[in-house]
Amino acid sequence: MSMIATPKEKAQLLEKSAILGRSLWDDALARLMKNKAAVISMYVLGALVILALFGPLFWVNKYDEIFDDMVLVGPSLKNMFIFGGDPQGRDLFIRLLYGLRVSLAVGVVATFVSLTIGVLWGATAGYIGGKVDQIMMRIVDILYALPFIFFVIILMVVFGRNIILIFVAIGAVEWLTMARIVRGQTLSLRKKEFIEAAQAAGLSTYQIITRHIVPNLLGPVVVYVTLTIPAVILTESFLSFLGLGVQEPLTSLGNLISNGAREMEIAPWLLFFPAVTMMITLFCLNFIGDGLRDAIDPKDR
Amino acid sequence: MKNGLPLVAHLGDFSMLSFALKRLLVAIPTMFIIIAMAFFLMRLAPGSPFDSERAMSPEIRQLVMQHYGLDKPLFAQFFEYIKGLFVFDLGPSLIYKNQNVSDIIGNGFPVSITIGIFALSLAIFIGVPLGLIAALNQNKIQDYSVMAVAMAGICVPTFVTGPLLALFFGVKLGWLPTAGLDLGEMTFETLLLPVVTLSLPQIAIISRLVRSSTIEVLSSNFIRTARAKGLPDSVVLVKHALRASLLPLVSYLGPACAGLITGSVVIENVFQLPGIGRNFVTSALQRDYPVVMAVVILYASLIIILNLIADIIYGMLDPKVTYE
Repeated sequence: MSMIATPKEKAQLLEKSAILGRSLWDDALARLMKNKAAVISMYVLGALVILALFGPLFWVNKYDEIFDDMVLVGPSLKNMFIFGGDPQGRDLFIRLLYGLRVSLAVGVVATFVSLTIGVLWGATAGYIGGKVDQIMMRIVDILYALPFIFFVIILMVVFGRNIILIFVAIGAVEWLTMARIVRGQTLSLRKKEFIEAAQAAGLSTYQIITRHIVPNLLGPVVVYVTLTIPAVILTESFLSFLGLGVQEPLTSLGNLISNGAREMEIAPWLLFFPAVTMMITLFCLNFIGDGLRDAIDPKDR
Repeated sequence: MKNGLPLVAHLGDFSMLSFALKRLLVAIPTMFIIIAMAFFLMRLAPGSPFDSERAMSPEIRQLVMQHYGLDKPLFAQFFEYIKGLFVFDLGPSLIYKNQNVSDIIGNGFPVSITIGIFALSLAIFIGVPLGLIAALNQNKIQDYSVMAVAMAGICVPTFVTGPLLALFFGVKLGWLPTAGLDLGEMTFETLLLPVVTLSLPQIAIISRLVRSSTIEVLSSNFIRTARAKGLPDSVVLVKHALRASLLPLVSYLGPACAGLITGSVVIENVFQLPGIGRNFVTSALQRDYPVVMAVVILYASLIIILNLIADIIYGMLDPKVTYE
């Protein structure tokens, strides 16, 4: 489409991004950087992500390696079991890194699934309006009434414990709020002059939605995404806790917490380290999300 | 002015009634879709309820399937099930012989609902004052401490707080029982830990909700007017601000219910309570179709009804709302 864009349209776009767009985002960034909790959270989360991604490459033990003499041994330097050993004699530290990896991956991928469905659904409903809007939002209302956790449990039972399915199942139920937020924003955007200009320039509905509506939804969507990731991680851990999440020997934070809770009377470190890791991760994500919301939408504060 | 008021109130009631009826009508197809989804999803699952009984010969298996009507085409089964629902027949359990689904639900539901109601009450009782304190002292130490507690409540999931509380108060201090609650044994001691654990995330969400809505209300025009009239702060807060600032809490009733249901699945597993949350997971794993269906239907209708009640209360409290 950019090939057909008139120089005038291009100039308008450039002007918009140069003056309005950039300064708004700059403002938001400056506000975010002033938020100490959010900035610290970004550093901590960054460190955790790097540790989860690259830590296993350099660690001495493997996540499924069994040491017969390390069964339920507390944190020690022997064999580098700094976080202790689990009931099978495996290194908790490396298992924790893998668990963090899985939890973060589930958080990001499932959120992406919900983002894609929610934004397209909400933007379409809001932009087209009328009957289509009514029907589409009625579907969202119906799905809202579902005891959705039960459907995720049924899905997990039906299709087996499959990590891809966890992504899809959680993503497929998390998109509803996103669709509502996006629809509301779209309704107000629809009447703006630049949409009228795009219509006058002869763009198709699909082009207007993907090129003009969606990019302008970025603010609220970014905020909601950062708050969805911790919610998804929590849901996955919840499933793992019930024994419906990822399968052994692979693990996730919820899995480790569940196993730790079983042994907490004789081996409290098995509960302590996974629980603390989970809490730190969730704290960071929530602080960043809250910081972003305050930065992008300061009237909420 | 005095003459007009009863008329308006009357009209309000009438439109509210038709609103409620309309919503109930919409709830019927919603319920149907939920039932159909749960039914066909469950039947798509590989495996059958009789898998664990390995000794079963094909002939006997055939007879058992016939007995429960599982040999008929899927749509015929679905039709039978819907027909049964109209006379509140939820069918027999496929795993627990000689037990009806209604018995299983009847045994488990009182436990779950008791814990849920207590947890929600506790959450409102603690969450609302916390939110108000934070809002009235915005950006002061009280605000920051309340928000820190709330953040902790959101970030520390029930499946962490549950075991930790059980370990500390049950095992280490020995003050409270940690598990094993039989029916009719619901005492203060056995319920305390589950209820507190379940209410923690809700306390966090409610206090955040009340805080932000109170801050918004306190900066609105009608509060400024009330203050300009020279009313004391306490009157402004109680008579003018409170009602508006608690409105979002009403619409949170539905999601709160969903959250409590989710939480109860964990709580009942951690504290070994015989509620239906725990039943649901085991039943789904054992392919006990009728039990799974019944739990889904029960909770879906609970959420739908609570949402409807919330909307009606909201309309009664907020004069700006009109029922279409």
